[in-house]
Amino acid sequence: MTQAEMEPDIDLALRTEALESLLLERGLADTKTIETFIGIYETQVGPMNGAKVVARAWTDADYKAKLLQDGTAAIAELGFKGPQGEHMVVLENTPALHHVVVCTLCSCYPWPVLGLPPSWYKDSAYRSRVVKEPRAVLAEWGTALGDDVEVKVVDSSSEVRYFVLPERPAGTESMSLEELAALVTRDNMVGVTRVAGPAVTAP
Amino acid sequence: MTAVLDIDGVASPPRQNGELVFSQPWEGRAFGLAMALTDAGVVSYDVFRDALIAKIGAWESAPPEGQDYSYYRCWLQALEQVLADAQLVAPGDVAARAAAFAVRPAGHDHGHDHDNDAHHN
Repeated sequence: MTQAEMEPDIDLALRTEALESLLLERGLADTKTIETFIGIYETQVGPMNGAKVVARAWTDADYKAKLLQDGTAAIAELGFKGPQGEHMVVLENTPALHHVVVCTLCSCYPWPVLGLPPSWYKDSAYRSRVVKEPRAVLAEWGTALGDDVEVKVVDSSSEVRYFVLPERPAGTESMSLEELAALVTRDNMVGVTRVAGPAVTAP
Repeated sequence: MTAVLDIDGVASPPRQNGELVFSQPWEGRAFGLAMALTDAGVVSYDVFRDALIAKIGAWESAPPEGQDYSYYRCWLQALEQVLADAQLVAPGDVAARAAAFAVRPAGHDHGHDHDNDAHHN
């Protein structure tokens, strides 16, 4: 059906509602499934899943060891799996080694833990520059790395999707899992930024 | 839940900070409908995606005057088309039902905010 064949005066909200009511009547869809999908994509699939993985690894040495050894299994253990979540490799950032993830070919991305990728991740500027001059790109993100820090750029592909376990910031020793997870952002887990510590009360 | 979304290219949905963005409630409904139908195997995601890419391409090659681009308008059109092609929902049925909804008396339980409805041309 072309644009011209659409009823121009019937708005899209009504048309969607009409389509849904017909599909429900004909048993082709059910409201619960429709709403489940909206909920999953809108709220559940997203960087919060990855943040929970990070918080768990920060507080549970056994889990962290498992995560670094078999990322896919350890992440699935927390219930996060799905398409593009297979073959996850988790890389630990330390004071001496900083990983940053890119997909030079397209935009392979572990979306069960990080949600859908941000637009900059698929920009050719990021994809090519982070490989050639990672320190400069990271500096633009506000991530200044000393010469004593080794930078490793890892290239995600359809075979392996990388996920960065960022460093736990100082001053978080007494925080709960939920509080820790709230500190972790998507950019931390791609490796373009480090986790900011808890907000310090104003001087 | 096994539906796979395009994360790159013309068919990938609008996002903000990696999360899907629905600017109006009907967009979320249209999204959920397509996902539920592809998950249940009523329509194939590949077929739907091809239709979506074609709708987006058609709009971009000849944008209707005075109409802003809307990813989910293309999405809805693509969904209607694959359902029509599969002879599951005829286009006329949708138009008739929508027209019937449009003349519902005031005060019915229809809760959408019409101030935010899509542009009329």
